[in-house]
Amino acid sequence: MTTAPAKAGWRFRQPSVIPGFGLTLGFSLAYLTLIILIPLSGLIWRSAALGWADFWAIATDRRTVNALEISFGTAFIAASVNVVFGTIVAWVLVRYNFPGRRIVDAMVDLPFALPTAVAGIALTTLYAPNGWLGSLLAPLGIKVAYTPLGIVIALIFIGLPFVVRTVQPIMEEIDKEVEEVAATLGANRFQTIARVLLPGLAPAIVTGFALAFARGVGEYGSVIFIAGNLPYKSEIAPLLIVIRLEEYNYAAATAIAAIMLALSFVMLLVINLVQTWSRKRYG
Amino acid sequence: MADPEIKSYAPHHESQSAAVTESRPAKAVLMIVTFAFLGIFLLLPLIVVFNEAFAKGLSAYTEALTNPDTRSAIHLTLLVAAISVPLNVVFGISAAWAIAKFEFKGKAFLTTLIDLPFSVSPVISGLVYVLLFGAQGLFGAWLKAHGIVILFAVPGIVLATIFVTFPFVARELIPLMQEQGNGDEEAALSLGANGWQAFWYVTLPNVKWGLLYGVLLCNARAMGEFGAVSVVSGHIRGLTNTMPLHVEILYNEYNAAAAFAVASLLAGLALVTLVLKTLLEMRYGAELAATRGH
Repeated sequence: MTTAPAKAGWRFRQPSVIPGFGLTLGFSLAYLTLIILIPLSGLIWRSAALGWADFWAIATDRRTVNALEISFGTAFIAASVNVVFGTIVAWVLVRYNFPGRRIVDAMVDLPFALPTAVAGIALTTLYAPNGWLGSLLAPLGIKVAYTPLGIVIALIFIGLPFVVRTVQPIMEEIDKEVEEVAATLGANRFQTIARVLLPGLAPAIVTGFALAFARGVGEYGSVIFIAGNLPYKSEIAPLLIVIRLEEYNYAAATAIAAIMLALSFVMLLVINLVQTWSRKRYG
Repeated sequence: MADPEIKSYAPHHESQSAAVTESRPAKAVLMIVTFAFLGIFLLLPLIVVFNEAFAKGLSAYTEALTNPDTRSAIHLTLLVAAISVPLNVVFGISAAWAIAKFEFKGKAFLTTLIDLPFSVSPVISGLVYVLLFGAQGLFGAWLKAHGIVILFAVPGIVLATIFVTFPFVARELIPLMQEQGNGDEEAALSLGANGWQAFWYVTLPNVKWGLLYGVLLCNARAMGEFGAVSVVSGHIRGLTNTMPLHVEILYNEYNAAAAFAVASLLAGLALVTLVLKTLLEMRYGAELAATRGH
């Protein structure tokens, strides 16, 4: 296809007979810059303009710290729950045949398709003290709606498809011969799963966790209805941004947003490293 | 060794020996866990939406939906999707053409940038436009002097929606077009087609199902977006309320039946999206294979 000689020196692009490179790349870059890059750099510019002292005061404000702790903590718990159950769901969908499997498989994408506000009011109604599930849990002394536990429930709903859809395709590719070999060599089923299959799935599971976690940290719509939104107790960081904006406190809103972006970035970086490590270790 | 009952369910599978599948009790436990988990977390919320929507009877339901505020929310949601989805389609096709058809420096970085909106909280997606166009924003004073209203109006809602739905079409088309390669287009060009003809008659038919798939997901998110739109809308009833925002207002006014009535429309949209998506995957699964798995 390309007729470029092996040593053509540095060139921005390989030659091609296909036209339209300048037009499509130019339009894409212009659109990307206008819609995404300029607005996002506006955020960074605004928080840089704050000055270190102001920024530090907002970042160490107890309400900010608590909101960040709640957002990251509940997202972590929810993503962990989703790793366990999402992997089981993916396994059942890939390995077992049962009537209605395709419908169940399609249902897994519901949290992608259902608007978050709808999920929020539905979950709140379900887990409210007089709701279908809330009334079952109330006698046990478990309160879900209007507590941090409610936030976890909403984030489990939101994050589930990320884990299932990341793990599922890798499971489909597992070569059954590997399991047969393990069995022939005397491994029982549990050993085969724990020592042969799970290590191969580890990178996908970590990726699924990261995606569910990242989504959970930023989630707003499904959480604010069920959370109760008590400052210091069940107030998530995105809600605190909205509250600061409504107070016309742009500085605080910007600073919290910048902290959230930085923390998510660091986290994704760490998870990327873990992934590279596990890929190297388990191939 | 082969289990006849399992075989009858799965005629295409090779016979499964006991060594490469779980024991029957283990299987039963995993199935029960799956159904219980999905039932509680996915099915019950969906049932609640429709149950609550019709809790006060059919007339209350239709009344809630024909209310003028609801109708203007529906109109605004349709309008916002009708503007933002086509723009992201044009961008998606253009970006996929540049990225899939050519080799150039910085391609991987560009692909990463396109996915960026997915890792930004929806609230922050709205906030960035407030910082640009708000009264204290970068362009706030200039916009005010020229009488241009972006924030707390339709343009702001459209911008925020474009931001959050930005990657959907591009990320479906890029892997698909990369997998299909350039052979068909090169053949068309060598037979005398110009670039546009190669695109219209060769590329577009090749990627149409992937494109439809992306549009479907983009549209579902555009119509259902809450956080980003909530920040830039100003919540002006009958003017800047989209359907998800209207759901919130009704719910906070303790008008649960009306809130769930509007929510049931959005849930219906979600179900239609899922059905169409599944049909596309069933019929054109092989063609979409490159884009599956997210």
